[in-house]
Amino acid sequence: MQKEWQGFKGSIWQKEINVRDFIQANYTPYDGNEDFLTEATERTKELWAQVMDLSKKEREAGGVLDMDTKVISTITSHGPGYLDKDKETIVGFQTDKPFKRSLQPYGGIRMAQKACKDNGYEVDKEVVEFFTTHRKTHNAGVFDAYTPEMRACRSSHIITGLPDAYGRGRIIGDYRRVALYGVDRLIEDKQYQHDSTRTIMYSDVIRHREELAEQVRALKELKELGNIYGFDIGRPAQNVQEAIQWLYFAYLGAIKQQNGAAMSLGRTSTFIDIYAERDLANGTFTEEQIQEMVDHFIMKLRLVKFARTPEYNALFTGDPTWVTESIGGVGIDGRSMVTKMSFRYLHTLHNLGAAPEPNLTVLWSERLPEAFKRFCAKVSIASSSIQYENDDMMRVTHGDDYAIACCVSSMRVGKEMQFFGARANLAKCLLYAINGGIDEISKKQVGPEFRPITSEYLDYDEVMHKYSAMMKWLACVYVNTLNVIHYMHDKYCYESLQMALHDRHVTRWFATGIAGLSVVADSLSAIKYAKVRVIRDENGIATDYEVEGDFPKYGNDDDRVDEIAANIVHEFMSYVKGNHRYRGGIATTSILTITSNVVYGKNTGATPDGRKAGEAFAPGANPMHRRDTHGAVASLASVSKLPFSDAQDGISNTFSIIPDALGKTMTVVSELDVELESLKPEDLANTSCGCASCDAMGNLQEGLDRE
Amino acid sequence: MSMTGKVHSIESFGTVDGPGVRMIVFLMGCPMRCLYCHNPDTWDINNSTALLMTSEEIISQFNRNKDFYSNNGGITVSGGEPMMQIDFLIDLFKKCKAEGIHTCLDTSGIMYNPQNTEFCQKIDEMLEYTDLIMLDIKHIDTDIHKELCGHKNDNILAFARYLSDKNKPIWIRHVIVPNWTDNQEELYSLGRFIATLKNVKALEVLPYHTMGENKYKELNIEYKLAGVPALTKEQAQQAKKIILCGIKGI
Repeated sequence: MQKEWQGFKGSIWQKEINVRDFIQANYTPYDGNEDFLTEATERTKELWAQVMDLSKKEREAGGVLDMDTKVISTITSHGPGYLDKDKETIVGFQTDKPFKRSLQPYGGIRMAQKACKDNGYEVDKEVVEFFTTHRKTHNAGVFDAYTPEMRACRSSHIITGLPDAYGRGRIIGDYRRVALYGVDRLIEDKQYQHDSTRTIMYSDVIRHREELAEQVRALKELKELGNIYGFDIGRPAQNVQEAIQWLYFAYLGAIKQQNGAAMSLGRTSTFIDIYAERDLANGTFTEEQIQEMVDHFIMKLRLVKFARTPEYNALFTGDPTWVTESIGGVGIDGRSMVTKMSFRYLHTLHNLGAAPEPNLTVLWSERLPEAFKRFCAKVSIASSSIQYENDDMMRVTHGDDYAIACCVSSMRVGKEMQFFGARANLAKCLLYAINGGIDEISKKQVGPEFRPITSEYLDYDEVMHKYSAMMKWLACVYVNTLNVIHYMHDKYCYESLQMALHDRHVTRWFATGIAGLSVVADSLSAIKYAKVRVIRDENGIATDYEVEGDFPKYGNDDDRVDEIAANIVHEFMSYVKGNHRYRGGIATTSILTITSNVVYGKNTGATPDGRKAGEAFAPGANPMHRRDTHGAVASLASVSKLPFSDAQDGISNTFSIIPDALGKTMTVVSELDVELESLKPEDLANTSCGCASCDAMGNLQEGLDRE
Repeated sequence: MSMTGKVHSIESFGTVDGPGVRMIVFLMGCPMRCLYCHNPDTWDINNSTALLMTSEEIISQFNRNKDFYSNNGGITVSGGEPMMQIDFLIDLFKKCKAEGIHTCLDTSGIMYNPQNTEFCQKIDEMLEYTDLIMLDIKHIDTDIHKELCGHKNDNILAFARYLSDKNKPIWIRHVIVPNWTDNQEELYSLGRFIATLKNVKALEVLPYHTMGENKYKELNIEYKLAGVPALTKEQAQQAKKIILCGIKGI
């Protein structure tokens, strides 16, 4: 056995690259509470103070403190960068100093230029010349292949958020492999894969051989990245500090190579805990030292920064990176996968304060240990920074070693990847059905020139008939647009390091997305159960609608409309599946526009549910604003009727509630049985129970998901 | 033919009317006219907007989402004054108990009348199927009670004693309205009264809020408390302390 593996159990993972087997054979479930956790050390506080100071300067500078305009970011492009070398237990930045954003033109030189320009910087002329004349980008490739129809759909916003000008993201490398096996072993494995491909050169074999060669090259560069910081990551990590550091280097390599729309971390806490348990047992490190390493690691993840344009940040409200880390869940053998490390990760929200990144996501199960559930609730109340997702549902498809990319996309780590797919605006599609493919805003013929509806009042059967045809058309253009994008991304902006941390053969999810679902459901319900009169402009194009009478609205646990919503998802998905998909991708869809719903609404005319032109859509699968009038359970019940089997890439429901609506605190209700016995007169002076919600009184804005 | 109740509305996520997460069924009709009532739209039992629902319909709506209510939750019937539809209430609660659903009644107690033996029998039957009663005592002084709610409180207090004799678990609720129910001595004597009951499990002191005011405008009813400011949580806590002192006799 390798000396770094002393004390570890199990054998399969030693023979093959198999992190899940290692975890299952070695992790220690933890059912206890948070009492073992330690506070931030002095060093941590000092480092964090430095970060806060830099953040302040960055805000004052208008959002960007420094940008690289000349050095193209690669895994090894920059020398080492530190906050304070002597204090950092985990090291590494994307460039040679913190808060300096790297230059990543492979997704598209124009986007890179614009990101610089909008922030007051200018990309070096030679770099621009190189990436326009000598080296093609993903963006350039895509536009060479787009059809006029695809371009029209793009500019009319019936298909939106396409990753055709920047990195697609949503791929999670199994960064744990670097810690467990060391880079040398991984290179050996990939080299073997390269040597053992088929030798009849079909184009897919050629592509696979080239990609494997790229992967080997990336791993070699990764080893060099370790050298730059003075570490030999060719060998396995031998303690928890190295395990975190090796894993972080792997992730750092990925974000130095790719400026993806979401660069998620995976599911690392239980893996790291195995090293921590061994070190605690051997007396290598104390609990305080381990928490310090975790704090420093999370601090690094909070400082992941990309060069983005103001429009991008406006679309997503902020400067998001989606460094999602999935925590907890239950194993398929029924053991909880919560470990002490799950607590330590969440505890960083206390030691370093609340933060949206990394996007700490608890894989929630009914069967999680009670003490962990309570701890999560406490941290949520104090920080509003935890995302929760349904492990009981996702485990069925993805087993117990999956992680979330971005906000809801689940994939087995190292075994599955996703082609990120933007979304189709189904509300606009309904308007196209009514107007015979003419865009209600630009008045251009974007969709196929079907016969428009000419009656004064909309007839449900007629609308549905035309809507089905229009959805079928949209699904076809949409899937083929994505085919172009992913072909070009693989060709010009390949994620060689992230894919090096995957198996030889990966399952590819071909993700699509839906926007405007609740608008469509309510519109169709209005047409079916009320009367909808069409208001047309001088050219006969429907531009507004008048609803006469009431109709069932999605979000009230009313099957009449909830079934419409579920059927639309199923129908659209069946059209998506009917199209050829690049590299055998398995079609999925998501219903998860979280902040971009505002922009999508802005680009969509009035709809038959009474929504005015330009009015925001509801986020994700949410009911439309103020239309769910029967309380939260009824609202959630409507959402839960959407078929997960058709929307396996995720269904999100953004739910905000003030603490008072979640029940009364002890300040209002008191159990007299208890109080009469235990309360002394002096206690009457202070009836606050001391829980955070009693004292804070602030609104609990639980952002369940982001996009 | 199933009996139907006149339902004002159903709140699927009730977290403030009884233990746990509950489905709250608001029934139409109330004989009281409390000045601070925030549901004046439930007063008229013959209101044409009422939904006619059977117990089965309500329970089926509960059952389809029962995962939400399974952790200590249940059904609370509120109003209006739910005991105005006591036959329906008996029917609903009986069927709830057959399904193992926790039942809670949110009442003013105004319908109780010891002289009306027939009605008392119905109350007894209803109590068989009621797990918890939240009794809202609006004011301890019967004359002020009449000014505030249109009725004296004698029967309400008698109902509290009746429930105490039967040892039926109750929560006492009391709303603090500035200038109306915040008098220290009266709060203290409310506490003294509560001390005579042996079935009180909890005391809930609620601050007056002005969120009901708009409904009065919509219904064209004069809002007699216009201008009375909402009470803060801290003031409600203060009032609660006084009631607790009354309960303890300190």
